[in-house]
Amino acid sequence: MSDSTEDKPKQSWWRRLSGGLKRTSTSLGTAVADLVTKRKLDRAMLDDIEDVLLRADLGTAVAERIAEAVGEGRYDKAISADEVKAVVATEVEKVLAPVARPLVIDDTLKPFVILVVGVNGSGKTTTIGKLAAKLSAEGRKVMMAAGDTFRAAAIEQLKVWGERTGSPVIAGAQGSDSASLAFNALTEARNEKRDVLLIDTAGRLQNKAELMNELEKMVRVIRRVDALAPHAVLLVLDATVGQNALSQVEAFHRTAGVTGLVMTKLDGTARGGILVALAEKHKLPVHFIGVGESIDDLAPFTARDFARAVAGIET
Amino acid sequence: MFDNLSERLGGILDRLTRRGALTEADVDAAMREVRRALLEADVSLDVVRSFTDKVREQAVGATVVKSVTPGQMVVKIVHDELIATLGSDGQTIDLNAVPPIIIMMVGLQGSGKTTTTAKLARRLTERDKRKVLMASLDIYRPAAMEQLAVLGRDLDIKTLPIVAGQKPEQIARRALEAGKLGGYDVVLLDTAGRTTLDDEMMSEAANIKTAAHPHEVLLVADSLTGQDAVNLARSFDERVGLTGIVLTRVDGDGRGGAALSMRQVTGKPIKLIGTGEKTDALEDFHPSRIAGRILGMGDVVSLVEKASANIDAEKAARTTERMRKGQFDLNDMREQLLQMSKMGGISGLMGMMPGVSKMKNQMAAAGLDDRIIKRQVAVIDSMTRQERKHPEILKASRKRRIAAGAGQKVEEINKLLKMHRGMADMMKMMGTGKRGPLAGIAQAMGFGGGMPSPEQMKALAEKMPKGADGLPQLPKDLPAGLRGGLPNLPGLTGLTGKPTLPGLGFPRKKK
Repeated sequence: MSDSTEDKPKQSWWRRLSGGLKRTSTSLGTAVADLVTKRKLDRAMLDDIEDVLLRADLGTAVAERIAEAVGEGRYDKAISADEVKAVVATEVEKVLAPVARPLVIDDTLKPFVILVVGVNGSGKTTTIGKLAAKLSAEGRKVMMAAGDTFRAAAIEQLKVWGERTGSPVIAGAQGSDSASLAFNALTEARNEKRDVLLIDTAGRLQNKAELMNELEKMVRVIRRVDALAPHAVLLVLDATVGQNALSQVEAFHRTAGVTGLVMTKLDGTARGGILVALAEKHKLPVHFIGVGESIDDLAPFTARDFARAVAGIET
Repeated sequence: MFDNLSERLGGILDRLTRRGALTEADVDAAMREVRRALLEADVSLDVVRSFTDKVREQAVGATVVKSVTPGQMVVKIVHDELIATLGSDGQTIDLNAVPPIIIMMVGLQGSGKTTTTAKLARRLTERDKRKVLMASLDIYRPAAMEQLAVLGRDLDIKTLPIVAGQKPEQIARRALEAGKLGGYDVVLLDTAGRTTLDDEMMSEAANIKTAAHPHEVLLVADSLTGQDAVNLARSFDERVGLTGIVLTRVDGDGRGGAALSMRQVTGKPIKLIGTGEKTDALEDFHPSRIAGRILGMGDVVSLVEKASANIDAEKAARTTERMRKGQFDLNDMREQLLQMSKMGGISGLMGMMPGVSKMKNQMAAAGLDDRIIKRQVAVIDSMTRQERKHPEILKASRKRRIAAGAGQKVEEINKLLKMHRGMADMMKMMGTGKRGPLAGIAQAMGFGGGMPSPEQMKALAEKMPKGADGLPQLPKDLPAGLRGGLPNLPGLTGLTGKPTLPGLGFPRKKK
């Protein structure tokens, strides 16, 4: 993680996000503006709106529905680009508003156990590091468990985050059993009276039965120490992911009981529109979005800002 | 990963093949479905558009050749266009250069660069017998360099010693130097992950390229990528300049439309695919075969190749002879079961056959998988020689003993015996015909017609065009077994209905 952004003037995450979007030639803002400068809203225009939503990974069903909603009551009326953008943003926001819920840490539970899951390379370890930084900054005593015992140097990666945030990291050897590691970490966190325990897991594709069983076992073993744990199970999604995210959420939810989503890497050209489809289908809370590489680039998810960024509305 | 797409397209084209003449409206309806299926498979919108446009143009104007249904024509056009988009021939890493050959890996964060670097290093070492050096230029992600070092240690492949505080370009130069001095054939440069919008990082990659003069620049990209695939492939190609693409996580259940998109916008070949977590899970990319699977045509070429490679001709001839005489005991059945599992087992065979991917899922749900073959072989292995030759002597107490020996229930023994009887009957009936040894199993498993004999398989393999252009001829040469229905597998209880192949309408073999 580079911390090179530190010396630059601080911007809000959303300004950076929409700044990024502005630079993409195919962003919704430009495209819609091209399409509907002083035009009558007709079938072709709605198709075009659908297309730009498709480009943002909203998926066919949701893109179609939102395009229809935009057309409702406005058909054959002249409409400006800004109005269309606003309507699109409102429709997207409607879907996202119910799922924009912050991660609530119940401080009566000690430790509050957060399990972080996801496919390979989605950004679990980095998210844990950022979460640890955030929670310690809020005055909580954090502990991390290096549950990714499969990937080479994943443990070292988490230890670096431990040093940065001043939190202890419980780790075993590479290739050791992740469930027993989780067990030890939870016991340790209890003894040390830590406020929060963040448990990392190895990345796994959701269609690999044996790896999903391993995750299930991890949850089972954690429950043996604390019947209510893990108190939060975060699924980390990469913003570039397409329709496969639906299958990821389904499978991880079934196996580990996902309680919330985190979307990473929104600082690229990908717009993460799949979150809209996910919100419609699974209604799981979206807690955070990752919009950069530095330690504080984990921002709370807000429906309005996200929807406006997707629709390409500036400021 | 492409199975889902093939299901969709299979279903759509099904509707077409069952109609007589092909009107413009038909094509339009089909194209709408093709568009939707491709979008759901994460093919980028622009690529979908140009794809369906091209197909529509050709489909509407196409003169339908006699003896081919209009639907088949569309299938062929879609198939050809898919191959054209995916790249018409399998291209792999180019090692024709003066060593040390520099290969640079680029990609977004978390796309699998480091793992792929290790996989490639292993492949080049083991398969191509090259001396490989790996170097990590990722000075940003914590422990990224350690990750490559650990992988190198596990694989016994050298990695460049880590020197703290060096810039990526410096490390690249050091790797080059070490490659020359150490007499390495290939030097792999694993670069830091970056976002497409990060100008600094993109110019860093470009600088590394200038410093290292790589022979190959490979974009490592996640096959689960959505619409952003076009952006990322285009920006890496424009800023750094690519020679090829490596698709990772192809073993996931993503639909893999990103492959089509990236190939289309960059024009650069997909050279390799990552198919698992282990370091040996790196395979060649075969556009023609994958296109066939997308279409639900099945990987018939692979099936035939596998069959001819794995069937022991002599043994097969012996079995055929015995069958002709109406002798088919449990030893013969065991032989056939083993041959089947050599060819990849039920799921392997099914995966290669057209249009059965959906059935495969149903079968998995019904608990019918390759373990059944293994179990049945185990049951036969638990019998005495006499029992194998004369299954009729098996009574309750013997069955109990066998069941205990094989770790099965007595019902399983009965099921196996029933299957054997069914097969033996079939053999007797067909005893006079010139059938291959697989015929029995194919028949008993309800494959419809007989499978070809090894000689026929071999002849077929020789006739089979290696490339992609075999579509119209292919069906005529297909074993009848692949055309008929594929219903009623033995012991397949959970399934109702009679699943059939999508009926791509291959012409029936003339009697």
